[in-house]
Amino acid sequence: MMENAPVLILLAPLTGALLIPLLGFRFGRAVTMASLVASLFFGLSSLAQSLSAGPVHYHLAGWSPPWGIEIVVDPLSGVVASLVSAMAVLAAMYSGPFLAGWTRRRAGTFYSVYCLLVSGLVGIVITGDLFNLYVFLEISSLSAYALLSTGGSRSIVAVFRYLLIGTVAASFYLLGVGYLYAMTGTLNMADMSARLPNDDVAVLVVAASFIVIGLAIKAALFPLHGWLPDAYTYAPGPVVGFIAAVMAKVSAYALYRILYYVFDPVGGPRQPIELLGWASVIAVVAGSLMALAQKDVQRMLAYSSIGQMGYIMLGIAIGSPLALTGAVLHVINHAVMKGCLFMAVNGVQWKVGVFRVREFAGMAKRLPWTMGAFTVAALSMVGLPPTAGFFSKYYLALAAIESGHLSFLFALVLSSLLGAVYFFRVIEYAYLKTNDEPIEADAGTEVRELDASMLVPVVALAALVLLLGIFNQTVVTMLVVPGLPS
Amino acid sequence: MEIIANHRPLVAVAVSLVAAVAILLSRRHPNLRESWTLVAAVTKLAIVVSMLPGVLEGIVYESRSLEILPGWSLHLKTDPFGMVFALLAASLWIVTSLYSIGYMRAGGYTHQAGYFASFAVCVSSAIGIAFAANLATFFLFYEILTIATYPLVVHRRNDEAIGGGRKYLAYTLIAGQVLLVAILWAARLSPGASFSPGGFLAGTASPTSLRVLFVMFMIGIGVKAAIMPLHGWLPAAMVAPTPVSALLHAVAVVKAGTFGCVRIIGFVFGVDLVAELGMGTVLATFAAFTIVIASLRALGEDHLKRRLAYSTVSQLSYIVLGAALGSVTAIVGAIFHIAAHGFMKITLFFCAGSIYTKTHKEYIRDLKGLGRTMPVTFGAFTIGALGLAGMPLMAGFLSKWNLGLGALESGQPVVVFVLVLSGLLNFAYFFPIVHTAFFDGDGRGFRFDEASPLIWAPLALTAVFSIVLGVAPNYGFHFYELAQQAAASLFAPGPIMLAGGGS
Amino acid sequence: MTIEALSSVNYWLAALLFVIGLYGILAPPNLVRKLMGMNIMQTAVIVFFITLGYKDDATPPIARHGDHEPVVRNYINPLPHTLMLTAIVVSVSTTGVALALLIRIHRRFGTLSEPELLEKLK
Repeated sequence: MMENAPVLILLAPLTGALLIPLLGFRFGRAVTMASLVASLFFGLSSLAQSLSAGPVHYHLAGWSPPWGIEIVVDPLSGVVASLVSAMAVLAAMYSGPFLAGWTRRRAGTFYSVYCLLVSGLVGIVITGDLFNLYVFLEISSLSAYALLSTGGSRSIVAVFRYLLIGTVAASFYLLGVGYLYAMTGTLNMADMSARLPNDDVAVLVVAASFIVIGLAIKAALFPLHGWLPDAYTYAPGPVVGFIAAVMAKVSAYALYRILYYVFDPVGGPRQPIELLGWASVIAVVAGSLMALAQKDVQRMLAYSSIGQMGYIMLGIAIGSPLALTGAVLHVINHAVMKGCLFMAVNGVQWKVGVFRVREFAGMAKRLPWTMGAFTVAALSMVGLPPTAGFFSKYYLALAAIESGHLSFLFALVLSSLLGAVYFFRVIEYAYLKTNDEPIEADAGTEVRELDASMLVPVVALAALVLLLGIFNQTVVTMLVVPGLPS
Repeated sequence: MEIIANHRPLVAVAVSLVAAVAILLSRRHPNLRESWTLVAAVTKLAIVVSMLPGVLEGIVYESRSLEILPGWSLHLKTDPFGMVFALLAASLWIVTSLYSIGYMRAGGYTHQAGYFASFAVCVSSAIGIAFAANLATFFLFYEILTIATYPLVVHRRNDEAIGGGRKYLAYTLIAGQVLLVAILWAARLSPGASFSPGGFLAGTASPTSLRVLFVMFMIGIGVKAAIMPLHGWLPAAMVAPTPVSALLHAVAVVKAGTFGCVRIIGFVFGVDLVAELGMGTVLATFAAFTIVIASLRALGEDHLKRRLAYSTVSQLSYIVLGAALGSVTAIVGAIFHIAAHGFMKITLFFCAGSIYTKTHKEYIRDLKGLGRTMPVTFGAFTIGALGLAGMPLMAGFLSKWNLGLGALESGQPVVVFVLVLSGLLNFAYFFPIVHTAFFDGDGRGFRFDEASPLIWAPLALTAVFSIVLGVAPNYGFHFYELAQQAAASLFAPGPIMLAGGGS
Repeated sequence: MTIEALSSVNYWLAALLFVIGLYGILAPPNLVRKLMGMNIMQTAVIVFFITLGYKDDATPPIARHGDHEPVVRNYINPLPHTLMLTAIVVSVSTTGVALALLIRIHRRFGTLSEPELLEKLK
């Protein structure tokens, strides 16, 4: 079985997704957890294998590339795939209480679609075929649309908009792939990389531009981010932690993969990459500024995510080893930080019913562990050592200086300071201000912490923020550097 | 110089981190909670002192653990300079802990667990800063100090406290970012470099670049060191409970700033390079201005703690001035003043807290005649004030004397004038307090009506030690000898003329 | 396989459909029209791909009975066709999900016009 590990990373959740309806929508949670844990297990073992023996190539159905579709687990995709599975497991644990009151059929459907989402995301990460990526992109997108629309009436409208924009994005991507296919006759990433011309042919630039635009929309890069704030703000508690942490990043990863492994970033299309760089700088600053203006904590986090995606894209655009290290490290760090923040905030909303900053007054007394985790993750977002966020910022800042783009450095510093403002605002309310008005969902100020199944993921992620920070060099040398393009 | 690999520096830092967790877990048992603080404080001092004999002999204890940034590991080293700060912080923590217990209980403060836990983390970071052997470790603990002090500043949780906290964070976080950029730049110029006497940046870049880099470093560090015009947070931070103002804002945070200043001048750039770049004169000018202007501002303050805050701003720049002057004696004076001022100022703040605890009075105009009912408090205050003004037989005199000689050595006699002026101004803003306490009000005789012993005993202790340090500067902690060794290490070996007390 | 882009009508058609589709998503206030625009846009991509596989004087890729060594030149490229079958499936599923959402929107808000919806959401 272990020689099939690579494909099992995505087959396990897929099987889970199909199994749940077959079992009459019973055991939704159990099957989900089992399949996701299995996915994580296979992901980690493939990662371990790729670290010791080199990238793992798996040919689906035995057809060898370039005619068959292959799955490639190298250190980079292994890390990201494991990250996705791990976050999925935590989110599944977290979602329990939310779904407790649902009918069996509804909850079962939810879990089934959730597994489908995970398998789609993992598929994007580990596939070695450009069209296959499109397929998984759409699988994950459709599942996401379905899941996100369960968040109430506002979410339906937000998701419809997301659907339109997301499909446009996927179509752009497909168009780009079409041009590449026309030029080379292959869809396999490795094969295509060998066949693409090295110089700046016009077709190459067009293809690259289409692909970049398509994936940039999916990754919510400013100014193509319009779908994100509403989609995340009204997203239902059970999935927002996962989707916010992971989805946009997987698209950023796909962009990175294509730009640096399919295209040759030195001899290939420079213009889209430069444009990407400038868009990222603006994203970093604009995201922070917009977050500052929000009164709804979840919307604030959503805009903050736009800024953070800018960080990652910035690293990808600069392209030096330091920059790419920073970008990948930030993918890991931000997934953990943002996951923690969204889960904490949703937990507060679940338990106490509030979502505005000023309603967080005195929250630290009522949910001490949750707000403690929030504080740790918030410090990490601001970029203070020894939390994880500081270290990925350090790499990106160093890369910015090295590449001579001091404006990038300025943007990073500015966004840290802005982040301090809007995160400390919440912390101030939570810890320092007393709650004067009673809130209906709660009585008084006694401690009413989250249920264990919700609290454990939140606190675990906060602990991970600290651990990833302190041991960041271990993470970098063992997991990130092996995955850099050689 | 012999280097021994030993984990005592790391343990010294870690002791109070462990204590912080223990304190938070025992939040419902006040006596247990307080005992964690005291046990940790005593242990920490014991560990630091245990390394003192070795350091005096020239041994360096080194603790190097995991890598935290590319090229830099968590690296702690006990050199003489670091020992000065570490001894100061560790010894004063014990005293402040006792004082805090008395103060918090008398004042009926809430959230004491968070208070003592934050305190523990702060002292931990102070020791980390003291022993940091490279910029990465330094920065790590420097920022932890910023974050750990915030809960202490906003402790009272009223609007004034929250406002003071915001100002504090604004200043320190912005400075932190500037410092980070400076460190990044230094990392590019000299990857993986550790602090070394004589600096490591000489010749790595053009003079103009190095000048800009120096300015960035000074801005980053200068906020905590309260160099004007970056001092604005310090008076605002006086909203904190007095023990916080005493230890952190008169000793730990601000000393971390001035300590960093000397570290950067002596161990990153090198005294010679700073002089070559001409930045020494620039910095000295800012320091001199700060000394005088802050003293003048102090004169205008009627709020006792704010007057003390401005006095601190002024006194801190003695240290910066000494480092900026760049001669051996000046640096000895600067380093010694780190310790001397620490003891003297903490006495004054303790007195302010004692007055507040007993009478709830915060303004100088209300202190009439209190000296007769609180003789220990005001006696100690007088001692501290005289010391800061630079009266002979006090610790402050020794540092001033060295600074003055150092000024002459480096050919800047105008500095002597600044020092003298500052002494007079000190007298001018402290004497009225002493006078009104003892000689105003209804002319009744002396009574003994102090606050609890936990409050007046520590301040008496630090006052006495201020005198001890003036008369026998090497008593106990060998501060003066450490200062001499540290200053000497920054210059090429050779015969050195030093002034002041023997060893 | 070279691209004779500008000389082939199909490619122009694909571009036109793409732009019409994009316009359809952006301009009309009615959500169903937007959905139709999205479909048209996806169709444009499909037309593009299929045209890529075309060869002059070639037949659909079905080998004749008894022909054991088919000459590749005589058959159009089947790969884009298979890819586009997948794309069509994707398009249909997306339309399905979108229509489900539209039904819910209509039930909940009573309108399918975007400006009216935004009003109701305020």
